[in-house]
Parts: sequence; structure tokens; C-alpha cells
Amino acid sequence: MTYVFQQLLNALQVGSIYALIALGYTMVYGILTMINFAHGDLFMVGAFFCFFAAIFLNLPFVPVLVISMVGVALLGVVIERCAYKPLRQAPRVSAIITALGVGLFLENFTLALNPYPKQVPQLLANTTWIFHGVSISSIALFIVILSLLLMLMLDLIVRRTMVGMAMRAISWDKAVVPLLGVPVDLIISLTFAIGTSLGGAAGVMYGLAYPVIDPYMGIMVGWKAFISAVVGGIGNIRGAMIGGYILGALEILVVAVMPSTYRDFVAFVLLLILLIFRPYGILGKPHPQKV
Amino acid sequence: MDNNNIIISVENLTVAYGNIKAVDDVSFEVREGEIVTLIGANGAGKSSTLRAISGVTPYSGRICYGGRDLRNIPAHQIVARGMAQVPEGRGIFGNLTVMENLKLATWQRKDRETVAKDYRRVFALFPQLEKRQDQLGGTLSGGEQQMLAVGRALMSRSRMMLLDEPSMGLAPVLVRDIFHTITEINRTGTTILLVEQNAHMALSIASRAYVLETGKIILSGAGKELLDNQRVREAYLG
Ligand SMILES: Nc1ncnc2c1ncn2[C@@H]1O[C@H](COP(=O)(O)OP(=O)(O)OP(=O)(O)O)[C@@H](O)[C@H]1O
Ligand SMILES: [Mg+2]
Repeated sequence: MTYVFQQLLNALQVGSIYALIALGYTMVYGILTMINFAHGDLFMVGAFFCFFAAIFLNLPFVPVLVISMVGVALLGVVIERCAYKPLRQAPRVSAIITALGVGLFLENFTLALNPYPKQVPQLLANTTWIFHGVSISSIALFIVILSLLLMLMLDLIVRRTMVGMAMRAISWDKAVVPLLGVPVDLIISLTFAIGTSLGGAAGVMYGLAYPVIDPYMGIMVGWKAFISAVVGGIGNIRGAMIGGYILGALEILVVAVMPSTYRDFVAFVLLLILLIFRPYGILGKPHPQKV
Repeated sequence: MDNNNIIISVENLTVAYGNIKAVDDVSFEVREGEIVTLIGANGAGKSSTLRAISGVTPYSGRICYGGRDLRNIPAHQIVARGMAQVPEGRGIFGNLTVMENLKLATWQRKDRETVAKDYRRVFALFPQLEKRQDQLGGTLSGGEQQMLAVGRALMSRSRMMLLDEPSMGLAPVLVRDIFHTITEINRTGTTILLVEQNAHMALSIASRAYVLETGKIILSGAGKELLDNQRVREAYLG
């Protein structure tokens, strides 16, 4: 029983990171019906911002988090404006190729700056409590709580504010939104800013939990988060959150009962099975076709 | 005629999709306080004309609103200047509640205090909407969606309202209601540019009308006049 609880806590920690990144994929898809394949690499850039802010600026945790989130958000907005916006009317495949290209650029640019893996310094004291035989690390607990807070904030923005309303309206029918006086381009930029900043936050948290970072760390984590978004129903915000935790739980489960090399394989198998039997994911609905 | 109270003037408007000219060198104007209707068959270029005026489709020619050239003014700024459009097919956001649909249209408004008054005005005009304010837009009937679409345009506090086939898909009794509402809105000071295939209803409430055929204006005149016009009767009033 203690073993189960121990694994559950691990699943929550991994799941939180996947969920935060998955939100970025799902928000951009919701508003532009485009997969931002550079998003996993933006998560990586977030971890590197964290590293730089901690090492060179010698800052404590909160400013480091803010710098990473804001930095990645700005980068996300610049990418959207320069790389994706000119392609909005172009065929889907052009945007996908561009996103992959942007991702490769981010990886190789970071590689050029940092040829060797880096160690993120310990930003928060790590205490471990033993509670009925289950060891609870304060970092893991912190990651889960901070992630949930960020997700709660996002949920409030999307559900309660005018900007959130505009985001939802764009995902339903982008053509009508400007007729109500809403600046669509601004909302799209805000969506990128919010979505990528959550990826940046995930990068910082990843650095707390697994301090060794490298320019390719965003690839596999990005895929897992993307699968989470699809599992939850791409375009659906709560779906992405649920999907992240499902993937986290699945991974921990796989490692517990199978050789650990099966972990990524099982995640991709899940994606394939889902695409066959429930392509719209858990919370997603087939969007009514407009004529 | 007095040029000063022209609210919209459209000069040599051409809208092309690839090689096809959907609107071909069209000129007309709307004066303050009028109901002007643009009638024509499917594919005549009516919606393209309205989309050009609202700034959501590229065009050549000149469109002036309140004396200012609208070229290079983004669509959301045009709304801020007091021109709202009720788009073809209503354009209700099915994933937003009725209230959210209305609220989104107040994006450009800075007079937050009078917004509350305008909700009351919309609900007075369409009591059904008040009962359904927390319901999702997608769950409304076609008639209710049309009311919501008009209500939304009212919430942006427009001086000028463009309506694209508001009678589409509605039962005859609802069509009468919606046309009645349009004249009501016009009476409270909003200028109306109405696009319709239902020529009979449109001509009977319009001060002036233009007939559009394959992208060109082939006839124009007072609403009542065109109602009696032989050519219009044959082509549009069956
Ligand atoms: N986005 C588009 N791309 C290509 N062609 C278009 C587009 N929109 C409209 N057209 C074409 O332009 C012409 C005029 O279309 P428009 O929608 O303006 O007509 P309409 O008068 O509003 O017709 P309806 O009464 O059916 O709504 C049509 O031949 C249509 O096929
Ligand atoms: Mg039309």
C-alpha cells in the first residue's frame, strides 16, 4: 500500500509537468487548429532560462520562475508573429513544417550556446518527510501544488475573463470574432504568451526535479505532453490537464510492472490506440462542421 | 442631394476571389437614418460587399464611413467606430453562453456604466433571450440565435448596422418579427444596411434599395418603387 502511494506521488509530479506543457499544445490548437511542434523545445528553453537566471544572475526561486515564464512567453509571441502568422492562410503542412523547423532551430541554437548538459543549482531546499512509510519530497509536493495553482489560474482566465471568452469564441468561429470588435491577432498572441509561459514554468519545475538539462530534453517530454493533449482531447483545456495526469500515471505504472525501457513505447501505443478508437480524446468532441 | 449626411459611401467596390469577381465595380451610398437594402439572388455578391465594408475581406475601390476612408483600418477598429455586422448564418458562438455572446460584443466599449442599460434594452426587445442567458448559444433555436445575433450588434452600440440575410431559415411569423425589430432599431436612430433574398419584406421596410446581379448593381430606387417594378417582380417576387 505504501508502495502504491509512493508511486502515486511520483505520477502526480510527472503528470503535473506533462499537463502544464500539454496546455500549451491544446491552447494553440484550439485557437489556430495548428500543432505547435516547437512547444517541447520552448519548455527546454524555459529550463535553460532557469539555469541562466540562477547561475549568472544568482536569483532566488520566484524571480527565476518569473524570468523563465516571461522570457518563454516573449519568445513564443515572437515565433508566432514571425514564423506562423504569415502562414495562416497557407496549407496546414506548411505551418507544421515551419513549427518543426523552429523547434530544430531552438535545439541547435541552445546546443551552440551550451555544448554540454548543465546542472540547475538547487533553488529550493529539499526536505523529505516520511509519512506512514511514504517518503514525500518537498520539491515533488511543491511542483504538484504550483502546477495546480497555475492551472487553476488558467481555468479562471479562460472561463471568467473577456480575453478567455474571446479565446473560446475564436476556437468556435474565428471569422465572426472581428465583427464584434475583438482584435483577433492580439488574442492569438496572448494565447501563445499564456500557453508558452506555462511551458516555461514546466521547464523550471523540471529543473527542480531533474536538475541535469540538455538542449534535446524537450523532444521526448514534448511528445509525451502532446500525447497527453490528444488523450484529453486536443483543443480542450481541462482535457489537457487530465491527459497529463493520465500519462504520468501510465508511465509510472509501466515502469512498475515492465522493464523501464518500455515506458516511451507504451505512451506511443496509447496514442495509436486512441487515434483509432477515440480520435477526439476523452473530453474532445467532434467539432460541428461549418458550411 | 445633401451630401453631408451620407454615412457610408461605396465607390467602385470590387471584391475578387482569384479570377472571379464576386463584386464588380459597385457604387452606392447610405444616408444617416435610412434603411437601405441590397437584394439579389444566391451568389450575387451581397455578403462579399458587407464583408468588404466590415474590413474582413480584401477589396479595391473606396469605402468611406462617416467621411473617413476605411482602407487600412482593421476590422475591430471599424466596430469601435460604430459599425456592427450581423453576419450571414448568425455567427453565434455555440460554446459561449447567451450572456457571454452579448458581453463579447462590448469589447470596444469604454462606457461601462451604460452597458448594463443596453443589456436591459436587448432583453426588452427579445424577452426569450433573458430567460436563456446562461444557456449555451448552440442550444438556441434558429429564431433565438437570430435574436441573439441582432442583440450582439446592439451591444456594440452601433450607429450603423449591417445585416446579412436575417430572415434566412426562419418561419414566416418569425421573419415578420425580425423585420419589425429592424424597423424598431432603425427608429431609435440606427442606420441600417440590409442584405436580403426575401425581397418582398426587405423592399417593404426599406427607404431605398439596390438590386445586385452577378456582382453588379442593375437597378436602384425607393423601396416601394422597386416593389412595383416589373423586372423585380419577375425576378425576385415570383
Ligand atoms: N471565400 C470565397 N472564396 C471563393 N469564392 C467565394 C468566396 N466567398 C464567396 N465566393 C464567391 O463569390 C460569389 C459571391 O458570393 P457572396 O457570398 O458574396 O454572394 P451572396 O450574394 O451573399 O450569396 P447568398 O445569397 O447565397 O449568400 C459567389 O459566386 C461565391 O461562390
Ligand atoms: Mg450571402
